[in-house]
Formats: sequence, C-alpha cells, structure tokens
Amino acid sequence: MDQSALLAVLLTIVTASTPLLLAALGELVTERAGVLNLGVEGMMVMGAVAGFAVALTTGSPYLGIVAAAAAGALLAVPFGFLTLNLVANQVATGLALTLLGLGLSGLIGERFVGQPGVRLAKLHIPGLSDIPFVGPLFFGQDILVYLSIVLAVLVSWVVFRTRAGLILRAVGDNHASAHALGYSVVRVRWMAVLFGGALAGLGGGYLSLAYTPQWIENMTAGRGWIALALVVFSSWLPSRLVIGAYLFGAVTILGFFVQGLGVGVPAQLLSSLPYIVTIAALVVISTRRGKARADTPACLGQPFVPDR
Amino acid sequence: MRIELEKRPERSATMAWASPLIAVMATVVTGGLIFAAIGKPPLQALWIFFLEPFSSLWSLEELVVKATPLILIGVGLSVAYRANVWNIGAEGQFTFGALMGAIVPIFFNSWQSPLTLVVMLALGILGGMIWAAIPAFLKIKAGANEILVSLMLVYVAQLLLDWLVRGPWRDPKGYNFPKSVGFEDWQTMPVFGGGRLNLGIVLALLAAVALAILMRRTMKGFEVRVLGEAPRAGRFAGFSSDRMTLFVFLLSGGLAGLAGIVEVASTVGQLQPNISPGYGFTAIIVAFLGRLDPIGVVVAALMLAVSYLGGEAAQVALGISDKAARVFQGVLLFWVLACDTLIYYRLRIVRSASAAEEGAA
Repeated sequence: MDQSALLAVLLTIVTASTPLLLAALGELVTERAGVLNLGVEGMMVMGAVAGFAVALTTGSPYLGIVAAAAAGALLAVPFGFLTLNLVANQVATGLALTLLGLGLSGLIGERFVGQPGVRLAKLHIPGLSDIPFVGPLFFGQDILVYLSIVLAVLVSWVVFRTRAGLILRAVGDNHASAHALGYSVVRVRWMAVLFGGALAGLGGGYLSLAYTPQWIENMTAGRGWIALALVVFSSWLPSRLVIGAYLFGAVTILGFFVQGLGVGVPAQLLSSLPYIVTIAALVVISTRRGKARADTPACLGQPFVPDR
Repeated sequence: MRIELEKRPERSATMAWASPLIAVMATVVTGGLIFAAIGKPPLQALWIFFLEPFSSLWSLEELVVKATPLILIGVGLSVAYRANVWNIGAEGQFTFGALMGAIVPIFFNSWQSPLTLVVMLALGILGGMIWAAIPAFLKIKAGANEILVSLMLVYVAQLLLDWLVRGPWRDPKGYNFPKSVGFEDWQTMPVFGGGRLNLGIVLALLAAVALAILMRRTMKGFEVRVLGEAPRAGRFAGFSSDRMTLFVFLLSGGLAGLAGIVEVASTVGQLQPNISPGYGFTAIIVAFLGRLDPIGVVVAALMLAVSYLGGEAAQVALGISDKAARVFQGVLLFWVLACDTLIYYRLRIVRSASAAEEGAA
C-alpha cells in the first residue's frame, strides 16, 4: 500500500470514529450521573436532520453544528422530564425517545431527501497542513474532529479532577448519600442528560455535515446503539472511550477497504461487521464480570425520588 | 413553581386502567397540534387518522390483519418485560423466523401436504427462538447487555435477509427482482371470507389467552412477576434469574418468529428485502400500552393498528407523510409512560419550597 492510499484510509477512519466518539462521550457523562438514556440513536438522528436543514437553509455548516447540538438537547428534554421528574422507567423512556426521534426526523427530513448538503470544511493551517502525510492527518481535520478530542480530555479532567466531577460521580454512585449531603440529584442529572443530548446531536450532525453531507432517512444506522456499547466497552473512562471509538471506526473502514481490494465477500456481510464487532466487544468486556461491575455507576438506571 | 411526586399508600386501581386512556387522549391532542404545525386541518386529519379505519368492513378486516403480528410479538414482550428482561430485538427475531419458515417454499416447493404449513410455522417459531437465544445465552454466560445484543442482531438479520433475496434465494424466474419465489396456495395461511383476514389472528388470540393464563394462574407466571419486581426475593425463593432470562427470550423470540412466518405466508406472500413496517418495534409500544398484560396487549395492538391504517388513509386524503404514523407511535409511548406515574404517585404542583414542606406535613 502506498502512502497516499494509507493516508486516505486513516482519514476515513477519523471521520467514521468522530460521530461515535461525540455521542458516546455525551452518554458517558449521562451514565456517570446514574441515568441510562437509550435514546442516543433518536437524539443523533434528530441532530443529523437539524444540522443538515439549518446548514442548507443558511449556507453555514457552523450554524448547522449549533442546530444539531440544540436539537439533540431539545429531544432529551422529554426524556429528562419523564425519567427524572416523573420517575418513569429509563429503559422504556429511552426506547420511546429513539422511536420518536426516528419518526420525527423522517417527517422533518422528507423534503430534504436527495438534496446536496453543505460540507463542513476541513481546516487549513498554512505551513502545518501542507506537511506531507502528517499535515492532513493532524492539522487538516474539520473543527468537530478537534472538538471531539478536546471534549474527551475536558470530560476526563472534569469528571476525575474537579469538584463538579466528584458531585457527578457521587450522584451516579449513591444518589441517596448525595441527596443527604445536600446536592440536588435531579438537577445534576438534568444537566447530564442535556449534555448527553447535545453531544448525541453533534454526533448526528457530523454524519450529515461531514461524513456524508446529505440527508438519508435513518442515516445513523444504529450508531447510537454502538455508542451505547462503546460506553460499556470503555468502563466509563473517557480515555478508553477514545481508543474504543477509533478501534471501532478502524474495523468498519477496514471492512470496506477489504471489499475495495476485490475480495469476493457479500456487501451485506461487510455492512453487518460493525454490529457483529459490537456484540463481540460486549462479550469480551463483560466476561471480566467482577471488574465490569465495579466500574459501572452503582445507581445506573435507578430512579430517584427525594424523601422529605 | 414545580411539580412534586407524592407516593400513594397503594397503587391506584382506577389509574391502572385509566392511565392508558388518558395517554391515548393526550396523543390525539398532540397529534392535532402536530397536524396544525405542518399546516394541515387538524380536525379533519384526526378524523381520517383515527376514526376512518373503523368506517368500513374492509378497513376493519385490515385492522385485524395489521394487529395480528403486533399481538403475537406484543404478548411475548409483555411477559419478558414483566420479568425485567429487555428483549428489544423482536424485529430481528421476526425476520429470522420468516427466513427459517421460508425454507419450505424455497427448497421443498413441490411438497404439498396438510403438514406443509404446520412445518413452516414450526420452523418460524424455531427461527425466532434461535435468534433470541443468542442474546439470552450471551447474557447468561458472559453478562453481555441483552438490550444492545438483541438490538444489534436486528441489523444482522435484516442484512442476512437482504443478501439471501438478492443472492442465493432469489427467484431465478423473477427478472432479477430482489425477491424469492412466491409462496403457493398450500404454503400460505388459510383466509376467511374473501379478504385478507387469515388464520394468523386465531393463533394470536390463542397465544394471548395462553399467556394470560400463564401469568395469572400458574407458578411460572408468579416466578416471572417475583423475579421482575423483587429479584432478591426471587433468589431467596430459589428462582433462577438465568433460567428466567432464557425462558422469556425463547418465549418472546418464538412468538416474534411465528409472527414473521405468518406475515410472509399471508399478506407478503414471498421473501423480499422489506417484510415488516417495524412491527417488532411497534410491539414494544403495544406491550407498554397494554400495561404488560397479555389481554391488554390485544386491545393495544388494535389501537396501534389504527395508526398504521390511519397513516395510509391520511397520506392518500391529505398528503400527510406516512412518517406521521411513526411520530404518533413514539408520542404515544411517551404519554403512556408519563401517565403510568399516576398509578403510584400523586402529582402535586407547588409554588415554592416552603409550600412543599407544608404539603408534606
């Protein structure tokens, strides 16, 4: 493989990994607060359609990014209200969110099907971006790629090195004690849910603004669920999440690369690779059962009603 | 001002049956608002969407046809969810059941016997069980999350079907269309009257009654409820949650597989890339709307069937996108879950924190 082909593969891996990383990072924070939001797929796909629509009508992909994050957070509001204020079942409500997001995005996006979108430009830093190989890879990505990495570092720092992160983890690990110490469990969880929604929306927006700049119904194709699996895979650690997301992106892209070499494998088999790899990863990570249980936020999925 | 929850001394029996009705009404109101928002006359649209399906014999029959797979899948899921086991991959089990059942028409096309259809249905059930056994097994042996595994397998099953009907199972005389050979008369469900009403609904009702008896009258049903509501107590009682996981997955997967083969052997009539308008996912809503009770599921399935038919009618009459039906289904599940809170809690709107303390005192 010559250098330019290798570069092309590496660049596609970055674009395939970024939406997963963004969405999974949001869910990681949500789950650290003890809330399991299975609506990632729905929030992502709403982000995708909102980002596409706003970028197309305003001509600005950056406004599209803002819209994508806002749409994801907005869709998280009914989830937050039901699970946090009305203590509804988190699993069922998350599913409802996914079904609603898929339906609503289809309805909104109907008139955008087949329209060419606005592509998020790759940054160009004079000098640095022009370095062969290293330049385009490290200094010539679009803004969301850098944002996803910066956010991963930031989340890691906030969760493990700040007081706010300590409160977040306390709420997720023992909500009764956090409440007794005077922290508002519901308020902390609300913020985590909205953050998770915004990042899922961003991940979706990346799909319709950078990965394939167009709107296709259900274009997230299960990536929201894969992001959920990545959170488990990462043991709720942002650093491992970055590795996981990129490994995952690499496996997906290598599948297509193998197909490009003309190996006689059915396209459907390659398309099913991400799902099969997800299952395999879940099995491997869950087999270390004792370890996995120790990492899981202890109050994950449990509703909280403050007693007075 | 904020809303506070006050736990009821015991669950409200009134709310237990009223909450699904409140949820349906709230969904209709939300639907009217959505129609108004997309610039369609709300009242007329609601009439077409929710009431026209009841206006003719043809559409009543069609309602039952659409409800059939929803009942079959929904009753199985209701038992699984009662046990606190989250099978959300029914769509994949439906697909794999259809695939397995179709082996008979595709490979033993000339075998004509009263047993043909029976074997097809049995293979369908087996297929659904096999596909459901994967997440159950991985959950029990490796502790892998059953929600994610069962969902991932939906995509795998759909891609498998896609590959088969475009490749090895394609009808050689089908002008390269992605579909299998059409099923013969003796390979399809017997119909009643002249319409599309078929034996499937009888199977669905039998399944609902059988599971209602299982849940209400048998030890197994008790075990399901105990392990679902109080897993610790269940373990002390000597119930195995691993065995329960396998049981409810095989049960709900088998029924989803049966729904799959019934669907392709009746209204679809062959294998093709799209064999379901998302029945496996809609059945999740059906299960919750039916309050996770097999008989409730039958009523709920008929209601959700209305949304499919109404969606088609509204598309023809007012040019409303068929996606609207899916939005309603999502909104409905939200309202159902929100209203379920009323069964265990009273809502109290308080102006300030001090007022809340007075209320509690």
